[in-house]
Amino acid sequence: MIASQFEYLKQYLKSQSGLVLSNEKQYLVESRLLPVARRHGLAGLSELVQAMQRPGAMQIASDVVEAMTTNESFFFRDTTPFKHFRETMLPAMLKARADRRTIRIWCAAASTGQEPYSLAICLKEEAQKVGGFRVEILGTDLSGEVLDKARNGIYSQFEVQRGLPIQMLLKYFTQKGDLWQINPDIRAMVQWRKLNLLESFSTLGTFDILFCRNVLIYFDQPTKVDVLQRMAKQMPSDGYLVLGAAETVVGLTDAFRPVPDHRGLYQTATAGQGAIGQSPFRARIAG
Amino acid sequence: MKHCLVVDDSSVIRKVARRILEDLEFSISEAEDGLKALEACRQQMPDAILLDWNMPEMDGLEFLLSLRREEGGDQPIVVFCTTENDVAHITRAMRAGANEYIMKPFDKDIVEAKFQEAGLI
Ligand SMILES: C[S@@+](CC[C@H](N)C(=O)[O-])C[C@H]1O[C@@H](n2cnc3c(N)ncnc32)[C@H](O)[C@@H]1O
Repeated sequence: MIASQFEYLKQYLKSQSGLVLSNEKQYLVESRLLPVARRHGLAGLSELVQAMQRPGAMQIASDVVEAMTTNESFFFRDTTPFKHFRETMLPAMLKARADRRTIRIWCAAASTGQEPYSLAICLKEEAQKVGGFRVEILGTDLSGEVLDKARNGIYSQFEVQRGLPIQMLLKYFTQKGDLWQINPDIRAMVQWRKLNLLESFSTLGTFDILFCRNVLIYFDQPTKVDVLQRMAKQMPSDGYLVLGAAETVVGLTDAFRPVPDHRGLYQTATAGQGAIGQSPFRARIAG
Repeated sequence: MKHCLVVDDSSVIRKVARRILEDLEFSISEAEDGLKALEACRQQMPDAILLDWNMPEMDGLEFLLSLRREEGGDQPIVVFCTTENDVAHITRAMRAGANEYIMKPFDKDIVEAKFQEAGLI
């Protein structure tokens, strides 16, 4: 692949998925895209980039975009966000939505499904408190391939051993040979939709809790700002946003502010001070 | 530094486990079957035990059942680590008092995740 082709690829990926590819990442491009080239019967990367540029090459181009996404995920990744979910976000929302009895959750880069399913498991574990509420979980991702896997909810032995306590494996999964499938009642709690965060998501409605983890890291500053500000518009004044361990809103937008003593947790900036301060749940956690 | 007893009849597995756990800052001792492991525990209870299932002399499950009846034997956190990967085996192990369960093959990420799950790191 010649320099101008790499340049084309960089710009194309940036415009299609927001992915910022630095020049040192050429090795990554090769390892990710050679299989795509082969799948389309093309000899190498040069041929692939050429083929992408021909009119009507939609399939190849979208395969390239998908292949360049990093889809790694695990159940209960980083632990704390799920603790915050059970101990802070959920109690606050059960109280704040006592009239409407509906809570909407969005996992905005759900990948192969571990994150939304971890939330669904949390909800099962809290079933007593959540009883009588309708809780919707929407998982979206740019990549159709990961969503297929998410929908099936089938994971390798390796995948179910990273982050998932064995008791939860026994309780919520069924063994299928060497693989494990998450049970139908958990699967039924999550809805899936293909969605590119660079495009409009205003039709999705509003979400009380938004997990957007380990996707903004791939974007440049203006893209991060744009996505975060559009997300804020889909949230009520007391909504919660959860970012990945290496991500923050600080220095990007005033639409969210960090929840004190809760790393990675943010609340829509319009939330009244009291929404956090008055919460009896926080006191209980602290105590 | 926490102490972990690695119980497996394969010296290769013991070596791999030792290397991983030493990286996670455990001090390690080894035993090649349940009987030797029980002796080691009677000398000194470890903080953690990484336990194979199928071994000569005394297998992992028998060892675990005996351990939990020993004085102080409820203390060590026991993580099974075995090729027995079906629900029936896992359930039996957990009922016998195991704290976590690793299905072989394992790697550093899995051991680390499971030891975290079990509250050891
Ligand atoms: C590393 S995974 C994160 C999975 C999960 N949130 C977690 O933290 O474990 C990143 C995901 O973001 C998706 N992604 C990348 N760019 C995207 C975009 N522009 N719109 C929607 N999803 C995108 C990728 O397909 C990938 O599945």
